Amino acid sequence: MAEDVAKSKAFEIDYTPPQKNWMEPAVEFRKGTFCYPAAPKNEKYLDLPYPREWQPTEQDWKLPENWKEILLNGMEDRLNRFRSYRLFLDICVRCGACADKCHFFIGSGDPKNMPVLRTELLRSIYRKYFTLSGKILGELAGARELTEEVVKEWFYYFYQCSECRRCSVFCPYGIDTCEITMMARELLSLLGLNINWILEPAANCYRTGNHLGVPPHAFKSTVDFAVDELKELTGIQVDVPINRKGAEILFITPSADYFASPHWYTFLGYLLLFHEIGLDYTWSTYASEGGNFGLFHSADLAKRLNAKIYSEAKRLGVKWILGGECGHMWRVIHQYMDTFNGPADFLEEPVSPITGTHFEHAKSTSMVHIAEFTADLIKNDKVTLDPSRNGKWKVTFHDSCNISRGMGLLEEPRYILRQVCPEFYEMPENTIRERTFCCGSGSGLGADENMEMRLRGGFPRANAVKYVRDQYGVNLVACICAIDRATLPPLFEYWVPGVEVAGLHELVGNALVVRGEKERTTNLRGEPLTPDEG
Amino acid sequence: MGIWHSVFGVIGLIVLITVGVSGFGWYSVFAVVIPYAAILFFICGFTYRIVRWASAPVPFSIATVSGQQKSLSWIKASSVDSPSTTLGVIGRLALETLVFRSLVKNEKVELQEPQRLLFKASTLLWLGAMVFHWSFLVIVLRHLRFFLEPVPSAIVTLQRIDSILQGLLPILYMTDLQIVLALTYLLVRRVIYPQIRYISLVSDYFVLLVVAAIAVTGILMRLIYKVDLFQVKSWIMSMLSFHPALPQGVNVLFYIHLCFVSLLLVYFPLSKLMHMPGIFLSPTRNLRNISRNHRTINPWNPAVKVHTYEEYEDEFRNSMKEAGLPVEKG
Repeated sequence: MAEDVAKSKAFEIDYTPPQKNWMEPAVEFRKGTFCYPAAPKNEKYLDLPYPREWQPTEQDWKLPENWKEILLNGMEDRLNRFRSYRLFLDICVRCGACADKCHFFIGSGDPKNMPVLRTELLRSIYRKYFTLSGKILGELAGARELTEEVVKEWFYYFYQCSECRRCSVFCPYGIDTCEITMMARELLSLLGLNINWILEPAANCYRTGNHLGVPPHAFKSTVDFAVDELKELTGIQVDVPINRKGAEILFITPSADYFASPHWYTFLGYLLLFHEIGLDYTWSTYASEGGNFGLFHSADLAKRLNAKIYSEAKRLGVKWILGGECGHMWRVIHQYMDTFNGPADFLEEPVSPITGTHFEHAKSTSMVHIAEFTADLIKNDKVTLDPSRNGKWKVTFHDSCNISRGMGLLEEPRYILRQVCPEFYEMPENTIRERTFCCGSGSGLGADENMEMRLRGGFPRANAVKYVRDQYGVNLVACICAIDRATLPPLFEYWVPGVEVAGLHELVGNALVVRGEKERTTNLRGEPLTPDEG
Repeated sequence: MGIWHSVFGVIGLIVLITVGVSGFGWYSVFAVVIPYAAILFFICGFTYRIVRWASAPVPFSIATVSGQQKSLSWIKASSVDSPSTTLGVIGRLALETLVFRSLVKNEKVELQEPQRLLFKASTLLWLGAMVFHWSFLVIVLRHLRFFLEPVPSAIVTLQRIDSILQGLLPILYMTDLQIVLALTYLLVRRVIYPQIRYISLVSDYFVLLVVAAIAVTGILMRLIYKVDLFQVKSWIMSMLSFHPALPQGVNVLFYIHLCFVSLLLVYFPLSKLMHMPGIFLSPTRNLRNISRNHRTINPWNPAVKVHTYEEYEDEFRNSMKEAGLPVEKG
């Protein structure tokens, strides 16, 4: 699909707003710019309302008869449950500071992708049915009637927001479009309007414990495969405990890490590191997913999927939990998990068994990010590193949206990168840390059928990568997010060819000097350690 | 388009007030009834809106983190952009409300052909907002001299500072000039930038024009069509003591000024102007980033259906056993 788009001519981006007033709902479901609806079997498996076959491109969406009542009741219910919703709907002054902060607006020029207008799509309905001025003054107060066309518009534009929260950094009141998008998606779901790229992984995760639907025996064989591969690459036989009761630490990472590429090499990196430091830990097949596609659907579904982590930690009797490289997973772990499914009073304050460091900042959730854990190991000289093994890479770091704006984990990965890579360059400051740009495929929008929108949304990120590629010869983007690892490669192939993508712990695994290893001639990808001089 | 509705609306109101005062002589309506009603509405409406917000819980800890978290001891945390203490939150909100910190960060993205993005600092909106809000505040504080007897020395000093340019023009307050310039900028940007024009509602122009009408009538009364300020003060004191008397020595501009102030007070709780108290309740700005060592309680935390380990093992027990994975039930 990426190739198809790449072969066609470059996208045109036109920032001229249309003549037509935005308040008249208008949406064209153009191929490449929307995601397919959820298969009814996934909705049924998760007990979601109104499962049915329908198509966005068709006129009739087969909405339930009392759809309007359902939506308005749903809105009222959420206005009373979330201060953020009511407040953010009330206080926007439409100053427009957020407009060109959204990657989807920058890449598409569609004014309804400006965060302010995306929210107005919902706010105008709120005004009409829930505010005095909207009820009396109608359109003069920016209120409009709720029609099926409005619902269609919501479906299109709230699945064109990746919940990255960049606009929220620039908004003078901190209005967070992510909160609005979350509300809109919950409301759409009340009418059975969901996308499959979210619900299929969610249903899989509910049943098998992970998004990719890997059953326990397949998990075991994939681990065995990794063990063999590591043996071949390093001469080291690593031990990978699974579902082991009484381990000190439970390790949880997104399932893509052990099933997709280039995630796989990050997975090898984890295994090698845990072997080298002799970590007393276990994997779980029941909680074999760090990510949480439920978050992209509703708070309730996020909670249902997240529940496995604590429940499994309790069953296995571990002391604390270590989490792998994933973006939205960490939004959930850091800002939601304890509230959803805590208190985790059966766990202890995390302490690194290798360095003795107390991770005091995680004492309530008892879950530590692997970048925090590894940075602490390196700082305390507990591992030997040979950065020259990453000598073929000129590396830059892509901050994942949720890790930066939902957590503030900015320095740990940078510290690690500087220790394991000889050459590290930052992208322009407008595009990193809290101002980082989304890959364009976050929040469940990474579907192939949505490729044009993904490439448009990822344009600002790719553009910054292009800058460091041209400036410093950067040829690798390191990141700590599984969705990034899946979606940045096609993005770069289109916008900035010649740049590859790797997880942080792939680079750690390359540089890590393991006791008893054979001389390494390749990196974890099996490629020669130094670039071809030819 | 929206701007013309607002312009005609404001002109219509001015005509209405002029006719009401000069034609029909409804002095007590405009100088007593409307101001009292407006203040009452403002107080009730403002309180209602805040209570409404405050009565909805903040179920999750959703701070928008804009700096390094507090984690390992040797990594310097950002105490304001990723506050871990209440003091940090106070600092963050203070910077946000006093110097509009998020707006300072504003940058403009330009597309340079072929397909290259340029980021440019864009502080004009920040400057316009700062000048407008601070001038407005100083003007409101200056007006306190009409409401307080004796006039506190701080207000006298403020007034002196504000009128430091008096050598140039008779009794010209800096803030008067500034607020007119700022309002002009804020209005013009809504008209000339296509994106901003596209998102602007009638009410966005309207409120700017209402404030502009207040400022301009105030300046005119100060500079050209003067009113007797001692009389104005005694009218205000009579209003404050709930023995309202009509103002003497004033002209129709005074009534227009007063009516638009009343309108602004009524409009305030009904509109986006509630951003003023709202920012303090904004959960992305007023929460600490400590959600992993401090549990946030969700008062409506729902009981949800989960897929338990037992159900999972029941489905996969055989294949787990075959793969040599431990199971609970042999």
